[in-house]
Amino acid sequence: MEAISTENPKEAAAARRQAIILVFFCTISGAAAQILGKIGMSHFSPQPLAILTNVPLLSGYALYGLNTLLMVLALRKGELSMLYPIIALTYVWVTLLSYTLLHEPPNLFKNCGISLIVIGVAVLGSGGKK
Amino acid sequence: MTPQLLHSMLLVLAASVIGSFGAVFLKFGSARITRNPLSFLNPQLAFGVALYLGSSVFYFLGIKGGQLSILYPLVSLGYIWTLLWARLFFQESFTKQKCAGLALILAGVVLVGMGAS
Repeated sequence: MEAISTENPKEAAAARRQAIILVFFCTISGAAAQILGKIGMSHFSPQPLAILTNVPLLSGYALYGLNTLLMVLALRKGELSMLYPIIALTYVWVTLLSYTLLHEPPNLFKNCGISLIVIGVAVLGSGGKK
Repeated sequence: MTPQLLHSMLLVLAASVIGSFGAVFLKFGSARITRNPLSFLNPQLAFGVALYLGSSVFYFLGIKGGQLSILYPLVSLGYIWTLLWARLFFQESFTKQKCAGLALILAGVVLVGMGAS
């Protein structure tokens, strides 16, 4: 019940896949949280009422909460050293969302960088199939 | 290197170390989760979340100074610390896939940082 059983390779592989999927959703919600935070901060004013009605900022924080929950559920099933670096996918989504939603100009460095991250995550995720 | 940049780098470096320990405690806490939702309220998880919040404070103070091309890669050093702690505390192995994947990810983060500033 507590830990994943390594005795049954089929079960272990399924648990691993489930953990990777959870972290994947974690990176999407993390990216949405960052973009919402950025939008919220762009019309931030330090008054209590303004903060309480700042929907993007508040939903950004709520997503951070969801994010942590997903990460914890993933860590229950999988290896920390494999799952934690996958969080770098957040950079990929944030970059793509800033291109489309925040109309930031694309550039070669960013494009090469997010491609390398995607390849790196694919390599990480391919491990364990010994 | 300006004192301002050094200050930002130290803050971000601290954030990466604190955050990596946050992940370790989340992993410890996650093992205590059962079907009972109240099992989420365990000290390890609470400490992990607290470390995450603490790490984000250092991170935001650090990146306020700009220079993302230098600061982003420092943040991602957290992945390396986590790999070390995972081996130390959870007996997880360093595999070729993990090291190669991590190297690619780090290179990618460096490039994203260079593109951002």
